[in-house]
Amino acid sequence: MVLLKMKFNQQRRVRLAQGLWLLSWLAVMCGAFIFCLGVYLKTELLRRDEVMENTEIHVVPNILMMVGLASIGTNWVATRVCQDSLDASRFPRWKVLLLAWFVVAALLCCLLLAVVVLSYALQGRLEESLKVGLRNGIRFYKDTDVPGRCFQKETFDRLQMEFRCCGNNNFKDWFEVQWVSGRFLDYTAQEVKDRIRSNVDGRYLLDGVPFSCCNPASPRPCLQYHLTDNRAHFNYDYLSEDLNLYSRGCRQALTDYYMGLMNSTGPGVLSVILIQVSVILSLRYLQTAVEGAMALENPEGDSEGYILEKGVKETFEEVKVKVLTMIKLAQVDPEGVPDEAEAEKAADTATEKAASPTPAS
Amino acid sequence: MALMVVKFDLKKRVKLAQTVWFMYWFAVLAGILVLSMGLFFKIELRKRSELMDNNESHFLPNLLILMGLIACGINAFGGKVCYDSLDPVKFAKWKPMLKYFLVFCVCFNGLLLLTSLLCFLMRIPLQFTLAEGIKNGMKYYKDTDTPGRCYMKRTLDLMQMEFRCCGNDNFRDWFEIQWVSNRYLDFSSKEVKDRIGSNVDGQYLMDGVPFSCCNPTSPRPCIQYQMTNNSAHYSYDHYTEELNVWKKGCRDALLSYYGGIMNTIGALVVLVTMLEVAVTVGLQYVNSSLSTLVNPEEVESESEGYLLEKTVKETFTDIMAKMKAMGKGGKVEEGGEEAVATVS
Repeated sequence: MVLLKMKFNQQRRVRLAQGLWLLSWLAVMCGAFIFCLGVYLKTELLRRDEVMENTEIHVVPNILMMVGLASIGTNWVATRVCQDSLDASRFPRWKVLLLAWFVVAALLCCLLLAVVVLSYALQGRLEESLKVGLRNGIRFYKDTDVPGRCFQKETFDRLQMEFRCCGNNNFKDWFEVQWVSGRFLDYTAQEVKDRIRSNVDGRYLLDGVPFSCCNPASPRPCLQYHLTDNRAHFNYDYLSEDLNLYSRGCRQALTDYYMGLMNSTGPGVLSVILIQVSVILSLRYLQTAVEGAMALENPEGDSEGYILEKGVKETFEEVKVKVLTMIKLAQVDPEGVPDEAEAEKAADTATEKAASPTPAS
Repeated sequence: MALMVVKFDLKKRVKLAQTVWFMYWFAVLAGILVLSMGLFFKIELRKRSELMDNNESHFLPNLLILMGLIACGINAFGGKVCYDSLDPVKFAKWKPMLKYFLVFCVCFNGLLLLTSLLCFLMRIPLQFTLAEGIKNGMKYYKDTDTPGRCYMKRTLDLMQMEFRCCGNDNFRDWFEIQWVSNRYLDFSSKEVKDRIGSNVDGQYLMDGVPFSCCNPTSPRPCIQYQMTNNSAHYSYDHYTEELNVWKKGCRDALLSYYGGIMNTIGALVVLVTMLEVAVTVGLQYVNSSLSTLVNPEEVESESEGYLLEKTVKETFTDIMAKMKAMGKGGKVEEGGEEAVATVS
C-alpha cells in the first residue's frame, strides 16, 4: 500500500520540476538568511563576552551558522537535480545521491528544531553565566591599574549606560563592594578610616553608586552618594525615590535582551523549516514520478508519484531489517572462518540426518 | 562641422540603445538613492531639532528629496525612450519632444551639481544654529517642571553621553549657568545663600557638571562637583586631569557628525551627477544617430551620431540669436500694431 500516491502526466511533471526549482532557490536564500542570523547572534554574544562567565549559549548561533551553510549546499544540489530531472540521460546519475540527500535534509530540519528548543532551554544557563560574570565585573571595577582588568570599569560603565541598568540584581549590589580604587582614598582622613574599620575585610564600602547608574530621565541632578541618608540631600526620600537611578539589574536587562533576540528569530526559523520540509516532499514526488516515467515504454506517459513505496510500518520494518543485517555482517566478518566451519558442519549433519532415515524406511 | 562624430551601423545602434537603457535603470536607482539620502538627513535633523531651537533650515534635505523624485521621473522616461528607439514606429512619437527633453536634462544636471555644492557649504549656517540651540538648551536644563521644556534635561544628558561631549565649547560652560532646579536647593543653608549672593543675577552657580559629562575611561570614579578645588579630592589636580570628563564641546561634536553626513551625501550626489551626464550624452547619441539615417526608409542603413550638430561656438551663437529673435519678436509685434494704428 503506497503512501500518498499521486498521478503525474508529462505536463504535471514539468510543472513540478519548475516549481521545485524555484522553491529550491528560495530555500537557498533561506539558508543564507539562517547563516546571517547565526553570525549576527554570535557577534552580539561576543560583544558582551566580558560579562559572561561561560560560552554555553554560543551553541545556538554555532548550530545556526552550520545549518545555514549546509542548507545552502543541500538546496543548491536540489536545484541541479530539478534541472536534470526532465532529461532522461542526465537524471540517473543523481539516483545514488538522492537517498543521502534526503537523510541530510531531514537532519537539517531536526537541527533547526533543536535550535528553537535550545534557545528556550538555555535561558537558565545564560542567567547563571551572566550572574557570575557581572559579579566579577563589579568586584574588579576598581582595578583600573591591574593588567588584564584595567578595562573592566569602562566596560561596565558603558554596559550600564547602554542597557539602562545598575548592578547585578539592583543598585544595592554596589553597596557591598569596594568600587573606589585605593589609589584615590586618603587613608589619613577620619571618614575613610571609619568606613574601613566598619567591616571585617577592611574594605571601603559606601552607600553610593558609580555615575553610570544615573537615570537621565530624573527631574533632579543625579544623586550618587549617601543614597540611604535622607538628610544628606534636600527634599529627598530614599524609599520613594525611583527615578534617580536605573531600577533594573543588569542581569535581568541582558537576559531580556538576548531572549528577545532569540525569540524574534523563532518565527523565521520555523518558516525556514516549513520551506525545507516542502522541498523534501516535492523532491520525493519528483524523483518517484520521473523514475516511474523512465521505466515506462513511453517516457512521456502518465506515471505515479508517491512518498513511500509501502506503508510507514512496512518501510520501517524493512529499514530495521537492512540495518540489522548490516550490523550482523560487520559482526560476522571478524569471526568468519570458525562460523563457516560451523555452518558446514551444520549442513553436513543436516544432510546426514536426511540420509539416515532413508535406510530405515 | 558636428562635435564628436561617431559612425553607427544597425548593430552598433542596437548596442548603444541597450547600453543606455541599462544605464538609465541604474540612474533610476541613483535617483532613489538621492531621495532616501534626503529623507535620512531630514530625519536626523528632526531628531535633534530641540538642540537647534527648532530653528534649523530644512532647505537642503527638501531639495535633495525633490531632486531625487525628478531624477527618478526623467530617468524612467529616458529609459522608455531608449527602449522604444529600436522600433522606428514607436520612436517617431517621441522624436519631436526629445530635443526639449535633452535640454531639460542638461539643466537638471547643472542643478544637481549645484545641490552637491550646497551640501558642502551648508555646514556654516549649521554651526551658528547649533551654537544658539545648545546654549539655550543648557539654560533650560533645570526646568524639568516647566511644560514644553521638561524633557530638555533628558535630551541634553542623552546627547552628551552619545556624542561624548560636555557643554557648548567645553565643560566650563556649565559653571556659568544654574543647572540645578530651585526645588532641590535648601535656601536656608549657608552654602546656598553664599553662592546665590556671589553673583548679580542671584543664580546658584557652582564649579560642577552634570553626570552625563563623565568619561567612563577615567581610572577613578567621576568627579563632578568642586572640580576646580584641588583640596576637595584626594590626589587630584584639575589642571592635569584629562580623563575625568569629556573634553570636547557638544557644538563641535554635533558639527562634525552632521558635517560627515553632509560630506558623504555631497560626494554621492557628485557621482550621481556624473552618471546623469553620461546617460544624457548617451541619449543624445541615440537621438542623433536615428535622425541622420543615410536612407530613411531602410532600417539597416548607416548613420552618424554626434554630440552637437554644430561646433560649440556656433551652437552658442545660434542660441543667442534665437533668444534675441524671441526678444525682438515681442517688440516687433507691438511696433507693428502701433504702425497699423497710426496708418489706419
